[in-house]
Amino acid sequence: MPRYSAFAVVKNALTGHSGWRAQWPDAEPKKEYDVIIVGAGAHGLGAAYYLAKEHGITNVAVIDRGWLGGGNTGRNTTIIRSNYLYDESAKLYDHALDLWDGLSQDLNYNVMFSRRGVMMLAHNVHDVQSFQRHVHSNRLNGVDNRWLSPQEAKDFCPPLNISPDARYPVMGAALQMRAGTARHDAVAWGYARAAAARGVDIIQNCPVIAIRRGPDGAVTGVDTAKGFIGAKKVAVSAAGHTSVVMQSADVRMPLESFPLQALVSEPVKPVFPCVVMSNTVHAYISQSDKGELVIGSGTDQYTSYSQRGGLPLIEHTVAAICEVFPIFNRMRMLRKWGGTVDVTPDRSAIIGKTPVKNLFVNCGWGTGGFKATPGAAHVLAHTVATGEPHRLNAAFTLDRFRTGRLIDEAAAAAVAH
Amino acid sequence: MLLIHCPYCDETLPELEFAYAGEAHVDRPADPSALSDEEWRDFLFIRANPKGPHFERWRHVHGCARFFNAVRDTVSDRFLMTYKAGEPRPDISKLEEAQ
Repeated sequence: MPRYSAFAVVKNALTGHSGWRAQWPDAEPKKEYDVIIVGAGAHGLGAAYYLAKEHGITNVAVIDRGWLGGGNTGRNTTIIRSNYLYDESAKLYDHALDLWDGLSQDLNYNVMFSRRGVMMLAHNVHDVQSFQRHVHSNRLNGVDNRWLSPQEAKDFCPPLNISPDARYPVMGAALQMRAGTARHDAVAWGYARAAAARGVDIIQNCPVIAIRRGPDGAVTGVDTAKGFIGAKKVAVSAAGHTSVVMQSADVRMPLESFPLQALVSEPVKPVFPCVVMSNTVHAYISQSDKGELVIGSGTDQYTSYSQRGGLPLIEHTVAAICEVFPIFNRMRMLRKWGGTVDVTPDRSAIIGKTPVKNLFVNCGWGTGGFKATPGAAHVLAHTVATGEPHRLNAAFTLDRFRTGRLIDEAAAAAVAH
Repeated sequence: MLLIHCPYCDETLPELEFAYAGEAHVDRPADPSALSDEEWRDFLFIRANPKGPHFERWRHVHGCARFFNAVRDTVSDRFLMTYKAGEPRPDISKLEEAQ
């Protein structure tokens, strides 16, 4: 795989750009693999990459029912942060943030990671207490996060309305400067290219129909639209469809799949320097490098696989954005879309072993899986390769719903994260 | 936006009048102290989460305020039927034939 560099750009410019090659080949399935990963989102592709790079396992296939990065990887609002309350979450997400830092160099692919800061607004006394608790907890865990007064928040993000008689008054904010955004598609493409370069097969448009088990109960492979493919180990990283895939292996999951929507405005000149999240009014906003405001909404109340949600949520989100940032009052919205997110009862992910031998799962990322991509992929690869969880995902077991050792970010964050 | 038929009010109304209340027919244990950890897990946390017809509870919060059950296809979001709380779980195959 030829490396991308400034030199390659110049060389190809001089030769009429005829020298560029496809970034990865579209593979046909082999008879058998050491590891099959179900789901070619950034988590699955990343796991394949780390399996090849760090564990020397290259006889790997990543299989997807659609095109790679076409699910939640291509549908999220690209926010990256690690200011979670509990020790287990803070460490896992901060591990991801560490990997984000060097990801473009590691993959030789520009994922456009931009450390522009994520600011979470507090609108009431409860928010203030909760976020200050987060700030203190984060500092004890070595995670960057600090508290801002309303004026400091305004200085950091000038479009913010901090007027005391605003409908949603700003009583302060928690700011994580290390946090930011990245180009979501590029993350999937970068991992795909780097994994394929190490021999991983990426099989698109090939739905996995069922996980097949042998007489001893262990996994033997997967039935797909292109026939049976054998595998020594299978890792399911199928986001909203995890329940459906796992059901075929007789594993019932503590998951519910909800629609989550986002929308973008028409592109405008740079006006918005950071990411602002307001959990209380359910609005998440940043500006893409192309100039569009990228706005995230909350989940619909009912479960659905339709990849679209209801308009009332969009209306609510946009109304809140207009209150908090009056400057955007007359902005026109360009398009909206939805994804299907798999939510666990405690709003923490599940990464690890399952009751079925040689079957692993990475799911339950709910409304916030993008930020964790490199970290989740890295620890999933470790778990699959060694058969035992990495110390960072040891607490994120499927079994915690039996033992009761929940990682209750649902109670900590109250809403989205 | 979903349009939902309340079986008590006998009216089809916008989703904004209703609150979703999770999977239906998850029975509360008759003898809680006799349950094993596995049974508690199944009752509290494990959900069917099907891709297709889903039995679920709704509450007409801004109307009669009563809970009722519904069968909805989670791919098309179309309601196959709604029925009063306490009524037996309808036979899915018959519902699909009727469509």
